[in-house]
Amino acid sequence: MLGSSTFRHGVHPPETKHLTEKVSVRRMPFPDEIVLPLRQHAGRPARLLVKVGDHVERGDKVAEADGFVSVPIHASATGTVKDIRLCPHPDGSMAESVVIAVEKFSPQIPRPRIVPQWEGLSPQQVVEEVQKAGVVGLGGAAFPTHVKLLPPADVPVHTLIVNGAECEPYLTTDHRTMVEYPERVQFGIRIMMKALGVDRTVIGVEKNKPDAIARLRETLPDDLDVSVLPLTVKYPQGAEKMLIKVVTGREVPSGKLPMNVGVVVQNVGSIACIGEIFDTGYPLIERVVTVTGPGVRKPSNLLVPVGTRLRDVLEFCGGLTEDATQIVFGGPMMGAAQPDLDTPLIKGTTGVVVLTKKEARSVERYPCIHCGRCLEACPVFLNPSLLGTQAQAGRYEEMEAANLMDCMLCGCCSYVCPSHIPLSQMFALGKNMLRKRQTAA
Amino acid sequence: MSAEGPATGSGGRTDLDSLTEIRLRIAASPHLRTAHSTPRIMWNVVGSLIPILAVATYFFGPSALLVVSAATFGAWVTERVFGEKGSTRDGSAVITGLLLGLILPPGFPLWMAFVGGVFGVGFGKLIFGGLGQNIFNPALLGRAFLQAAFPSTITTWPVQPDDWWALRGDNFALPLMSPGAPDVVTGATPLGLMKFEGVSTPTADLMLGSISGSIGETAGLLILVCGGYLAIRRYLDWRVPASILLTVAVFSGALYLIGPDQFPSPQFMLFSGGLMLGAMYMATDMVTSPVTPAGAWVFGIGIGLLTVLIRVWGGLPEGVMYAILFMNALVPFINRVTQPRVFGQPRRKPRGAEA
Repeated sequence: MLGSSTFRHGVHPPETKHLTEKVSVRRMPFPDEIVLPLRQHAGRPARLLVKVGDHVERGDKVAEADGFVSVPIHASATGTVKDIRLCPHPDGSMAESVVIAVEKFSPQIPRPRIVPQWEGLSPQQVVEEVQKAGVVGLGGAAFPTHVKLLPPADVPVHTLIVNGAECEPYLTTDHRTMVEYPERVQFGIRIMMKALGVDRTVIGVEKNKPDAIARLRETLPDDLDVSVLPLTVKYPQGAEKMLIKVVTGREVPSGKLPMNVGVVVQNVGSIACIGEIFDTGYPLIERVVTVTGPGVRKPSNLLVPVGTRLRDVLEFCGGLTEDATQIVFGGPMMGAAQPDLDTPLIKGTTGVVVLTKKEARSVERYPCIHCGRCLEACPVFLNPSLLGTQAQAGRYEEMEAANLMDCMLCGCCSYVCPSHIPLSQMFALGKNMLRKRQTAA
Repeated sequence: MSAEGPATGSGGRTDLDSLTEIRLRIAASPHLRTAHSTPRIMWNVVGSLIPILAVATYFFGPSALLVVSAATFGAWVTERVFGEKGSTRDGSAVITGLLLGLILPPGFPLWMAFVGGVFGVGFGKLIFGGLGQNIFNPALLGRAFLQAAFPSTITTWPVQPDDWWALRGDNFALPLMSPGAPDVVTGATPLGLMKFEGVSTPTADLMLGSISGSIGETAGLLILVCGGYLAIRRYLDWRVPASILLTVAVFSGALYLIGPDQFPSPQFMLFSGGLMLGAMYMATDMVTSPVTPAGAWVFGIGIGLLTVLIRVWGGLPEGVMYAILFMNALVPFINRVTQPRVFGQPRRKPRGAEA
């Protein structure tokens, strides 16, 4: 049970990756308009640098990092700043965004730029280059990557874990990145190892991607300790804490960071992105996105300019089927349903999953019958049944005492609940309420 | 349709203009769910009881069907009248009625069985707030009520008559009248024989069900199979019956080793009385059993110990019902002390709050 090949509990939703796992990444043509929200990462939103009417070249900064836990935002296409206004944001809010009218006949070649010579750079300088390029975690959380590269001096880090698990159903973004750009991943690893000063790297990949495992193994460097660890296919295998448990056998202490057990975890897409920075000098202006699901006519893996609107992406993928009812950014387990086709795909958008009436159906809710399925699904061993009862009564302090803050909102409890109680939704609300009270106090 | 829209396959919508007409569904993640549902669990339990009822009818004739139907009708009507709108569809009231009927003697008057069903659902479940809120197993509470109200009727056991069609007692006794003397000869159950006369019954008879006893309790082997089906389909927690049966086997086995003449054999203990039905169907009621995996073991071991204690040293021949009801009352406490250790927390942590 406690072997090192997987973690305890978790669920097995249908993988449904066959739609796109063999489909090569295609570059999407530039849309007419690009929408770049200033808030695309965890931390403080970027500070605006341009004004309406400005001409920007592809790769130019349109907003600057505001502090350390922040990254700049670059124009993903050449054009003119048409407007700066509130636009729909993938998190459901309206966010201040730069709207760029893309120049129709521009060759869209980024300005020639200086490629940072990584061999000569100090770790501190590498971290600066990573921040300058606007790199965030491309696995969905969009945490600025460079922040993780600077552990405090008293916290020794010995292992870099590259997260290629991609445990969300449907998505093949990381899968295709590993199959098609393994050299870039290996190059990114080399730079990260130098920046972090670690001497061991483990790439974790779920076993349902044998081609990715093979490609990564073919391209492993001879002079570094890098290995590929095939992982059991189980959700949420790609959750940071679960992955660390599998690779190192250690649990990240409650409320602590991975570096407290000597580990830094980076998404494989972010690693490839870093490889690209030190290869071509391009900042993060485009990313691989899986557009898939039974509701989309031509499921594809696309290289999409950051800020492309959902409408344009769906149009490029042949439109929706008759019975499409729901569009999700990210995977179906943790992703957010989108109400507006004008919402842009941002740095942290791992995929677009279009579900039909068959999958996304409203179900009747029943009282909790204490069946215990949620306890046996929860990867952090909480008691969702109890937490749900407390949430319904609004007893947030009791939820805190029952370790609500350890919940990572993976959705396993909601997935298995036979009474269809929206547990993880209630827990998200509870965590927000507790955070608000903390800041108010 | 816009001119530059990409070409698509045959028919249907070809671009997104028509999307403005469809309403996009918004919901919180996760957007996928298992096909499980609470009614599906409940109706599966009901389905797994049908073979048991069929075999009971084979042994006890039409009386078995009549008594079970009366109890089920009582439970269903109560849920229908006093329960929330539509709550009969979840199947839980039918389970309560069926289970109550199966633990009554075949010659039981129908009106009493009906009252038992009403009491079980009304005072065993609805008064607490309906499905999921009750502390005690409603079927067992119904039976406990009947045992208190009609102590002699509920311990009248018929022997097998020659005619299958013959009623096994005064099933049609009028309400509030005491039932007439049964037409069939009465006999004792294997547990009664053991308790008061020290006579054992062959294990094969106990396993197959050709003995005197409550309607659905006699065919131990069949109950094991039906319950096993539910366990494999994960409609019941296997830990509960496993721990009950193991505890009874070990405890009574130890007693048997000490004094084979004094104490019944473990196989007699396992297959007599209501133990099988209780372990598989009563104790595993999800609402009234612990929610934590470790709690399920504690709960089952407690039931096993209490059952043997009552059977061997108590004043009653059978102890499963009171053992389960007693452990039901302890479930909130068991849940509290068996909270799993949360990921990333030290091995021994102070006990968290509990509802």
